[in-house]
Amino acid sequence: MANKLISQMGLPPSLSHVFSARNILTAKDALSLPETDLMALLDIDIALVRSAVASISEATCPPFQTGLALLEEKMKSGGHLSTLLPGLDNALCGGIPFGALTELVGPSGIGKTQFCLKLALLAALPECYGGLNGRVIYIDTESKFSSRRMIEIGEGSFPQIFRLQGLAQKMAGRIIVTRPTSISEFNDSLQQMKLTLLQNEVKLLIVDSIVALVCWDNEKGTISSRQSPLRGSLSFLKSIAEFSRVPVVVTNQVRSHSSDDTFHYIFKGHRKDTSNSERSESHLTAALGIQWAHAVTIRLIFEAHSGHRFIKVAKSPISPPVAFPFVVESSGITLLNQEGISVAGSEINAIRCKGCNILTQ
Amino acid sequence: MEISNLPISPSIRSKLLSKGYTSLSSLSSISPSFLAQELSVKLEEAVEVLRAVSDTTTSKSAHIPNGIIPGAVTAWDMLSEEQMQRHISTGCEDLDAILGGGIHCKEVTEVGGVPGIGKTQLGIQLAVNVQIPVEYGGLGGKAVYIDTEGSFMAERAYQIAEGCIYDILDKFPSNSREFLSCKERLQVNNFLAGIFYFRICSYTEQIAVINYLENFLTEHGDVKLVIIDSVTFHFRQDFDDLAQRTRVLGGLSLRLMKLSKMFNLAVVLLNQVTTKFTDGSFQLTLALGDSWSHSCTNRIILHWNGNERCAYIEKSPSVASASAPYLVTGKGIRGINSNFKRARIM
Repeated sequence: MANKLISQMGLPPSLSHVFSARNILTAKDALSLPETDLMALLDIDIALVRSAVASISEATCPPFQTGLALLEEKMKSGGHLSTLLPGLDNALCGGIPFGALTELVGPSGIGKTQFCLKLALLAALPECYGGLNGRVIYIDTESKFSSRRMIEIGEGSFPQIFRLQGLAQKMAGRIIVTRPTSISEFNDSLQQMKLTLLQNEVKLLIVDSIVALVCWDNEKGTISSRQSPLRGSLSFLKSIAEFSRVPVVVTNQVRSHSSDDTFHYIFKGHRKDTSNSERSESHLTAALGIQWAHAVTIRLIFEAHSGHRFIKVAKSPISPPVAFPFVVESSGITLLNQEGISVAGSEINAIRCKGCNILTQ
Repeated sequence: MEISNLPISPSIRSKLLSKGYTSLSSLSSISPSFLAQELSVKLEEAVEVLRAVSDTTTSKSAHIPNGIIPGAVTAWDMLSEEQMQRHISTGCEDLDAILGGGIHCKEVTEVGGVPGIGKTQLGIQLAVNVQIPVEYGGLGGKAVYIDTEGSFMAERAYQIAEGCIYDILDKFPSNSREFLSCKERLQVNNFLAGIFYFRICSYTEQIAVINYLENFLTEHGDVKLVIIDSVTFHFRQDFDDLAQRTRVLGGLSLRLMKLSKMFNLAVVLLNQVTTKFTDGSFQLTLALGDSWSHSCTNRIILHWNGNERCAYIEKSPSVASASAPYLVTGKGIRGINSNFKRARIM
């Protein structure tokens, strides 16, 4: 919509000639300038500028829907990819939502890729088995995708399906794995994907992991430069998700929680928080910073402490803060407790990794 | 103010200056046809120039102490008007109390906080609460929800509307005739149908929708709340020229303020958080920069206070800075005490 051409908006011809003469061709060009700048650039008076901007805005503005129409549309088209983990599905009101960005964050080796493999399988399955009967695009930046492991998960979770001849091959044939080696390759494949998503009935997009791309390009990254290569990709991923109504799952890594990270608001004053120094040894924080944390719709934190691993629903517009203990078996991830443990307060955002490192046990 | 500051196009301005008209007084007693001949422009353009001149000179006469200025009101009239204003309840009694009743109409309120603290929840709660009928203490108006991030979930709006209706019927169990007619309106589907949802995918569309709102609000006169969730997202991604961004945002905020005053509605903007280097260390602050922080009338920051969610009023012209804890429950935003009340009855 932003690139809609002014010449096609039905403005009076004299006006649209003035715009194109000054090289203001799309709605984006016209609306990015304040009205006084436009007036100076186009050499027409302010009332005419105002009415032109009003017509351009009306043409560029997307149509509205009522909340009721939204709900009805969602009821009709499904709207969730069930993870087959009943506790998590309940918490997320159906599963991984379509059209939104879901992030899995956790320390290495905790089970994020296992979760992604199972999701990929679930999306490829026919609808009678609870799947989406579609293709899956798996963007693997760290070469973690193991088809053998995926077939093993399939055989463990759906033994009756996978014993049928040829079905394993068909399922595996629906999962497309791509391994970009740089940010520009990644962006290129995203661009191409926008068209193919609809044409080829892709029902799930997984990026595992998104951080690796940034680390390659930027060895001495400060906070600002670490975020800039991803800025374009981030809004593009979100728009792909919205546009084609597919779930997009992204994996993120963690980094250690240094004292610089305990940011406070100015009005809170400088408080000496002595408890933090003990926690910071084993506390981790998600990579990519706070701008990324704002941009994702749902954040699932994978962490380990007191001898168990947990999936926490840390950020979600629709779920209360709960944690589910889980284990990784041959059939993928299984929840040990379907009701979940309620987590109070800001603990839901903490990522812990005690008991994961065999060297310190 | 001289000719160079008039809102007219540059070519006409240069013609005026080349013919020797350098001050406003020189144009004050000229007829349009004479001016058209002098500048060799069309008659309509000359009329426009003279109109621009008279507009600026009448506003200059605001310095006359005795005159009644067109468009101004006395402070006493404003006070009586404000006292009759209804406020939009946030769902949490403590927060309503420190806000002086709730979110004010005719004002722009900015709400910011870290991810996951409940900004979208508050937005959806306000979109539901604005529709509470007047007989039950609400505004009985509709809401416009402008979603830039895709965080609005219709199922959650359903849950919150359900919770709101349940609590109203709990609080007003009366079965008298006036209430019976309202009760029919208290349906979840009606509340959902009263939220007008725009999904915005770029900053161009964001600017376009705010420009278009004037026409939209003239058509739908019962809208009493406009929420933008969040106002920051697209402006953080694609804008490279920060100076231009500041100017565009300034224009946006002026337009929103004008809309709120013209149509007597509340505008709520949800903002994200960023880190800023002040006093030798990094501090958390709301995004979009210092100039933006001046644009809104009220500012509320949602933050974690230990294990509790708190709302802090950072900036307001009419209420003191204060903090109130709130909860995000299955039914929406509620206060800390409301749960205890229910527990005692049980």
